Amino acid sequence: MESGTLSLEEIQKRIEQLSPEQALEEIKAANGDLVLLDIREPHEHAEAHLEGDVLVPPVEVAERIDELAPDTSQRLILYCRSGARSARAANLLQEQFGYDNVANVEGGILAWQEAGLPVDEAEGLTSEQRERYSRHTMLPEFGVEGQVKLLNSKVLLLGAGGLGSPTALYLAAAGVGTLGLVDDDVVDESNLQRQVIHTTDRVGEPKTESARKSIEALNPDVEVIEHRTRLSAENVLEIIKDYDVIVDGADNFPTRYLLNDASVRLRKPVVSASILAFDGQISTFVPFEGPCYRCLYPTPPPAELAPSCGEAGVLGVMAGVLGLLQANEVIKLVAGIGEPLIGRLLLYDSLGTRFTELKVRRDPNCPVCGPNAEEIPQSEMGKFPDYEAFCAR
Amino acid sequence: MPTIKVPPVLRPQTGGEGEVSVGGATVGAALEALAERYPGTRSQLFSPEGELNRYVNIYLNDEDVRVLEGLETGAADSDTVVILPAMAGGSSGSVL
Repeated sequence: MESGTLSLEEIQKRIEQLSPEQALEEIKAANGDLVLLDIREPHEHAEAHLEGDVLVPPVEVAERIDELAPDTSQRLILYCRSGARSARAANLLQEQFGYDNVANVEGGILAWQEAGLPVDEAEGLTSEQRERYSRHTMLPEFGVEGQVKLLNSKVLLLGAGGLGSPTALYLAAAGVGTLGLVDDDVVDESNLQRQVIHTTDRVGEPKTESARKSIEALNPDVEVIEHRTRLSAENVLEIIKDYDVIVDGADNFPTRYLLNDASVRLRKPVVSASILAFDGQISTFVPFEGPCYRCLYPTPPPAELAPSCGEAGVLGVMAGVLGLLQANEVIKLVAGIGEPLIGRLLLYDSLGTRFTELKVRRDPNCPVCGPNAEEIPQSEMGKFPDYEAFCAR
Repeated sequence: MPTIKVPPVLRPQTGGEGEVSVGGATVGAALEALAERYPGTRSQLFSPEGELNRYVNIYLNDEDVRVLEGLETGAADSDTVVILPAMAGGSSGSVL
């Protein structure tokens, strides 16, 4: 009878089964002279595994056993999560590869942990977090390490509105440990077409409070810090100083230049996006590593060329598209993976469904991050000689 | 003829056209041709002295003409000239 058609029960009868206690005793006594195999997937191994084991996912057992145990009389102890996958692998090695000294840990690592026996655990993740973030941690590029970085990160969102709503929801779901929200506005009925973090019954509530409720309902791991204020030259440094990454979704130029100047001063990366009508732009500014906002836009446009969403309208889903591209950038910056949009400006045209990428270079004459830039006094941050004239509010 | 991509804020001046093919062997000549065809764009692209306004970014394909030869940069028929405006629409009406 082919072993593949046997029931698990039949397989378990054919192989030697060890209780976790028996297995541990034997492993200790063997002093290295046995091969302990973890028959699970890499993300499971990363979360918790037995000391001294070798990870061999089920599909790799047949291919790798020669290299791991050239001698078929070698003592092998196999385990997995609950003992099922490793039982099948043990049976395969015994019946088809001629290994005659194979044992399986009954109940797997679950029974092992229930018995209170020691395992090597990933630092920083509780068992609830391992479950909640398992789709992250199973990504080899991200893993438990990436998740721990997210949980320890502090991200500030400028605005809890159109862009801020989807960014905040997805960063919260992803497990960013601290989300700061800067906004002093209240939820308005006209916001709900795109500001998906707010709800109809919260019209009139402060946006930071409404957003905090949604975030806490989604993920209790996230600490929300409400900054119910307007960003100004007086408070900008104090507000941003404790955050790792800042997400700029401001709807006016003075705030964008102010944030740029302060973030260059404190060397904080800024993920910056804007949306209007059917168009969106996004780039990531990492001070001194790539260009800053002033390198890209040395001068703001006059008011007639800078309408706001309130004046020109915006397709609601644009907030989702660009807001989630921002969340994606934040996660890459925090986890240190992939290729952030540093030195690149991505344009999105929703009517044509077209993305266009433009190069952005550091400006050698940039007054803020250029080689000859002088430190400007805090009161002058974000300002231009004709400051009032260009304000597009 | 190079193609000029017209941003949304300028489209009221181009009758709603988002892409316009114009004559011109340089980026400057192409923009001049655009301003000839749609006079409403002129004051938004150029200063009264005929210089490109500082708040207008012009790209030839994916490269800023400031790092090429500015308005003198050659533009072939297959090239795209992108007029890029700064945009500030975003998250909230009152973060400032």
